[in-house]
Amino acid sequence: MNAEKRSLAGRRELRRYSRHLLIPEVGLAGQEKLARARVLVVGAGGLGTPVLQYLAAAGVGRIGICDDDVVDETNLQRQVIYADADVGRKKAVAAAERVVALNPHVAVDPISHRLDVSNARELVRLYDVVVDATDSFGARYLVNDACRLESKPDVYGSIFRFDGQVSVFVPGGPCYRCVFPEPPPEGTVPTCAEGGVLGVLAGLVGTWQANEALKLILGIGRTLAGRLLIVDAFDARVREFALAEDPDCPLHGTHPSIVDVTEVVPRPQAPLVVPEIEPRELDEFLEATPDAQLLDVREPHEAVLGAPPSAIAVPATQLEARMHELDSAKTYVVACRVGAKSRWAAQRLHDAGFRRLYHLRGGLLAYAVTHEEFEVF
Amino acid sequence: MRVRILAFAGVREIVGAAQRTVEVPAGATAGRVWDDLAREFPRLSEIARSTRLARNGALVERDAALQDGDELAVMPPFGGG
Repeated sequence: MNAEKRSLAGRRELRRYSRHLLIPEVGLAGQEKLARARVLVVGAGGLGTPVLQYLAAAGVGRIGICDDDVVDETNLQRQVIYADADVGRKKAVAAAERVVALNPHVAVDPISHRLDVSNARELVRLYDVVVDATDSFGARYLVNDACRLESKPDVYGSIFRFDGQVSVFVPGGPCYRCVFPEPPPEGTVPTCAEGGVLGVLAGLVGTWQANEALKLILGIGRTLAGRLLIVDAFDARVREFALAEDPDCPLHGTHPSIVDVTEVVPRPQAPLVVPEIEPRELDEFLEATPDAQLLDVREPHEAVLGAPPSAIAVPATQLEARMHELDSAKTYVVACRVGAKSRWAAQRLHDAGFRRLYHLRGGLLAYAVTHEEFEVF
Repeated sequence: MRVRILAFAGVREIVGAAQRTVEVPAGATAGRVWDDLAREFPRLSEIARSTRLARNGALVERDAALQDGDELAVMPPFGGG
């Protein structure tokens, strides 16, 4: 591979990296290591985009960008690599353009496919360091397993609201499975799309990941292997937790049971005890059922994003205290933004003796898809 | 004895605070403190099996004994990126 043979000495590129060359821990030898290095960034979203920008600027020789998604308007609040005009374009392609514009000496592989069991090991094998900047539990286990099976370091980061996690999982040390042996049941841990995330937090955590990836390539400093950082952007605190290898880890413990990548599917949630209503059936149902009322259990701040016309609002966190305001003989259709909190609220009301309950599948966001006059984001 | 609970991400949202101090019997384990919390906030039981506990900055199993003044961090996985 060309990137492995090329040398930076005497090239015009040297001036670009002069501030690195002035640091003894990097220097010319380190800069040449960066030029020879190949990094795969899985996910070009909130975490992946700052990683890409710093790796490109630092002169990493080859960067793979794996993401099958397109740029959405809601991404622009934190995914600062994309411009307004990129909305609707493939992320891997748009990000690759920006990387090349930033540093034409970087070779970029835009990979517009989802990382899955059929391609994960093959892809990971082509790179020296892998950055887990994904946004689902299934993808996180897949990146972890593929990296460990191919003996590659996995630079992990994840974010929710004001909190972020960063670590490095290297062969011979604890892996993601040692820390989190199993994914939470489907729908029980909100995603950024469900619960929100502070835009700057993505930059903070992604920049930590970029720093760890560069240190792994350079072989300098102390990495986060065996340690988990929790970045709390709200109280401006960073806490460190010591991790230990799980001797029973199914991937690399004393009796490993995972010998190849497999799809990790979160357990389904406990079945819902109340019947569900499809969003397109809601209007008809409310009309045909005179005593039926839509019960909106979103938190007050979420209602800013669009409120249904005839609903009664009791936020899920106030449900216990305000249950007396509801009439257990009446019919309620319980709804929230995406249908996760409302599931729990419906269950709670059922436990409290409410029997004429329904649950709006997919929440108000799904309802809004077919109701242009009613905007929920 | 008193133990300080640190809550992160989704747990922080459910509990409604980043920190709280609880009074538990001497010799109580990390798991006991978690069980008390999950009883008070039933939504926590959904994520019990995928949430890790850390005593004074190190991951521990549920049977780890606590001492007066210990800090117990409750860390759910979070998948966002």
